[in-house]
Amino acid sequence: MANSARSTAPRLGLWLAVGLILLLSLAPILWQLLTSLKTTADITAIPNVYFPRQLTLEHYIDIFQRQPFLRYMLNSAFVAVVSTLLCLLIGTPAAYVLARLKLPGEQIILTGVLIVTLFPYILLFLGLLELVRNFGLANNYLALIVPYTAINLPLTILVMRSFFQQLPHELEDAARVEGYSTAQMLLQILLPLTTPALVTTGILAFIAAWNEFIFALTFITRDSMKTVPVAVAQLSGTAVFEVPYGALAAATVVGTLPLVLLVLLFQRRIVQGLTAGAVKG
Amino acid sequence: MAKLELQNLSKSYSAKVTPLKQLSLSVEDGEFLTLLGPSGCGKSTTLRLIAGLEPPTQGEIRIGGRDVTQSLPGERNIAMVFQSYALYPHMSVYDNIASGLKLRRVASSEIRRQISEVSLFLGLENLMQRRPGQLSGGQRQRVALARALVRRPDVFLLDEPLSNLDALLREQVRAELKQIFSQQNAPIVYVTHDQTEAMTLSSRVAVLNDGLLQQLDSPRRIYSRPANRFVAGFIGTPQMNLLHLDCNRSCAMLGQYKIPLPVGARSLSEVILGIRPEHVRLVRPGDPIVIQGEVVVVENLGMSDLLTVRVEGKPEFVRTMLSPDQSWSGKSIKLSIPPEMIHWFDAQTGNRVSDATR
Amino acid sequence: MLKSPGKLNLQQQEQRTGWLLLAPALLLLLLVYVYPILRSFWLSFYSQNLGTELKPLFAGLDNYQRMAIDGRFWESLANTSFFTLVSVTLELGLGLGMALVLNQAFRGRGVVRTVALLPWALPTALIATTWTWIFNDQFGVWNDLLQRLGLIQTGVNWLGDPGWAIWTVIAADVWKTTPFIAILLLAGLQSISADFYEAHALDGASPIQSFFQITLPLLLPQIVIAALFRFAQAFGIFDLVQVMTGGGPGGATETVSIYIYATIMRYLDFGYGAALVVVTFAGLGLAVLLGAWSLSQLRRGAS
Ligand SMILES: Nc1ncnc2c1ncn2[C@@H]1O[C@H](COP(=O)(O)OP(=O)(O)OP(=O)(O)O)[C@@H](O)[C@H]1O
Ligand SMILES: [Mg+2]
Repeated sequence: MANSARSTAPRLGLWLAVGLILLLSLAPILWQLLTSLKTTADITAIPNVYFPRQLTLEHYIDIFQRQPFLRYMLNSAFVAVVSTLLCLLIGTPAAYVLARLKLPGEQIILTGVLIVTLFPYILLFLGLLELVRNFGLANNYLALIVPYTAINLPLTILVMRSFFQQLPHELEDAARVEGYSTAQMLLQILLPLTTPALVTTGILAFIAAWNEFIFALTFITRDSMKTVPVAVAQLSGTAVFEVPYGALAAATVVGTLPLVLLVLLFQRRIVQGLTAGAVKG
Repeated sequence: MAKLELQNLSKSYSAKVTPLKQLSLSVEDGEFLTLLGPSGCGKSTTLRLIAGLEPPTQGEIRIGGRDVTQSLPGERNIAMVFQSYALYPHMSVYDNIASGLKLRRVASSEIRRQISEVSLFLGLENLMQRRPGQLSGGQRQRVALARALVRRPDVFLLDEPLSNLDALLREQVRAELKQIFSQQNAPIVYVTHDQTEAMTLSSRVAVLNDGLLQQLDSPRRIYSRPANRFVAGFIGTPQMNLLHLDCNRSCAMLGQYKIPLPVGARSLSEVILGIRPEHVRLVRPGDPIVIQGEVVVVENLGMSDLLTVRVEGKPEFVRTMLSPDQSWSGKSIKLSIPPEMIHWFDAQTGNRVSDATR
Repeated sequence: MLKSPGKLNLQQQEQRTGWLLLAPALLLLLLVYVYPILRSFWLSFYSQNLGTELKPLFAGLDNYQRMAIDGRFWESLANTSFFTLVSVTLELGLGLGMALVLNQAFRGRGVVRTVALLPWALPTALIATTWTWIFNDQFGVWNDLLQRLGLIQTGVNWLGDPGWAIWTVIAADVWKTTPFIAILLLAGLQSISADFYEAHALDGASPIQSFFQITLPLLLPQIVIAALFRFAQAFGIFDLVQVMTGGGPGGATETVSIYIYATIMRYLDFGYGAALVVVTFAGLGLAVLLGAWSLSQLRRGAS
């Protein structure tokens, strides 16, 4: 008897904690989802209507018809995908070099890469703003793609480097003895083995690029070129009379959907990537 | 065809780490040379230098008379079998074996012919489409061998290829290796720290310690005439008895027993007497060198007993292997050391002293 | 020996390939991370604003002198420090708790981990609108919940109240970034061998003693890493504040980065903005160095 009582109490506490985590993590998102499906009357009812009498898609229709929301989504997707691919293309060879070859100054480079992960973007934006102006890149996707590639490079390098370090050395030695050139070895032997790590890193880079705000806010001012975060943030500001709560909620739901899907599908990989990147610190 | 020569080969990673010092040797076609030594003595380093995976700090490597010291690994036409086999996990067995040939742009019909020949030879025909992850350790080992053989390289390098197999399989594959490589007409350099492998497979053995070549000889001579104290202690199980003895006028003193020294050792004040446990036996009438002692430990090795005996009046122990027909009783035992089986080493330098008795 | 003088030896060839592969990444990092900081440093010694018709005029230390007596800057620094301290502390505490829970064995753990990770992955700017909506003074669900529970009588204007506004931002930030810390700490927890706990339990220790004598000390490096990383991010917080309060009401939530952004984008005062960047960079650098130093001390102590 005493034994079971002793083990039930902590068990109960555990389930309580798990329930709390689930509730707190999900409640704000679900509230937003619920809001987006309510009629405007229900949204602005006092006291709040928790369970709407009637579900509606009007806010979704609204953002896609009255706002070019599809356009924003495509902008975000384009910028995020291109910068992610570029980042992998540039970061992976660098990670390989830092993992395998003994270059003088390697430690300094690694330390530098670690340090820049700590830089808040606000410190960079003045210098970048000047560059964007000087090169005439304002309202050009390049003004986002280049910085996004760069801000994802440190994590890419750290994650891919820790991956390469786990690969057995002898594989590369065998390839070189067989006559693979460095490029052939990278492409034909290492790349196929690297795919899982590339997917992990790519997801992290995509998330960061999709979510970036300050550069997108500053370097892109033409409405048709805006990315989702900026467009949504400015949705409330554009309304003259009343804030379109329903449309905002719908936009938030749509704008987060790709990332929710990524997390649902790749939770394990994301966690691996994040820890691989941070633990090397 | 493609003799392998190493000249004054040295490698240091830093001022303190010098795993290989001034190694010179040559391996003829069809010769099976084994690099043998304790862990960390520089065996793998030597192979990696030959393969071109590391640049030497000093020295020269020649294959078939051609200086390849500065060539890329792929330009040396060497095949290497790694301890972990290093099979490409994403390729089928067939592609693994074919990869080196494909890189050399061998026609695919020719590749197929050569692979079927090798796979028949190694019994791999039914595994061709599998991935390395779906193979047992022994099968992987064979694929790695096949990948090396099919290349018809100028030199074979093998780095502890058997160490990942269990004991039973190891013995079987060892015998197969011997047969396979007896048919190859290229220099073979084999690395191991297992003396049985070295003894059974090689035509010559190079014993390394701490990056220095200790002895380069046939397996028989490595066993019967170790060049120095290190080789004597390293080769042979159980280990050779090595007794530090004071000398007194051309005789070494073992307790109250006087053992005549060979000519070359007469000027020394201290010597080391080496005698293998299997050569120490129970005393018979007329034996010239007899020691008396007390049995401390008896270990049953199956076909014989290994006795550890404390020599009377000395702090040292002597170990002896006695077959069951040699029986003794009680704690006290009298042992004989046959003079012709003694190895003498200079206590200062550790080097072997010439055996000539007069 | 056939060795043409121009031919590089193996090692040199390898190193050259290495630098070639490394070069694009290094150049990009220099361009996007190092150049802007250096440029700001240079610009901070110049006046470049509407008064100089946006042309840089050398001004020596003027910008820094101005900063010393700029009440708004010091206030934003205080806000930033308060925000950073409170939110990182809360996140560390809650993140540790969350990691401990997620490290237990229970059915459906994978699902719970996925759900717990969700807030971290969502765009901050969108999350900001979500929390703005939750804390809305008229229709917000937070007011509604508190009223139903009888904790408040009338709705509070959380975002519009100078006292409360910063707490709404803290709440949103804690919600969003606690999962990140939990993930890092969870990885740390998983790397602690169960042998320690078993040995300790055999010695008669209670779970709480084990937590303080084993878990916490062994987890300390991860805690410091997470704290360091979060500290830097929180100190530069921009999007959350910009979208939720815009720094208001009356500057009550204005962080340094909001002030920098306004100085440059609204007042077009590039010289002064650059000086603000430099000082923030220096302050952050100092704090991070201190953190990194303590981490290296910890590691030395551990090994
Ligand atoms: N890349 C390297 N950098 C520095 N030192 C190294 C490196 N590779 C090997 N060493 C050192 O060189 C020495 C010889 O190593 P090597 O691998 O040749 O030993 P080994 O004889 O093959 O040993 P084992 O039987 O354990 O495989 C070791 O002390 C090792 O620590
Ligand atoms: Mg080795």
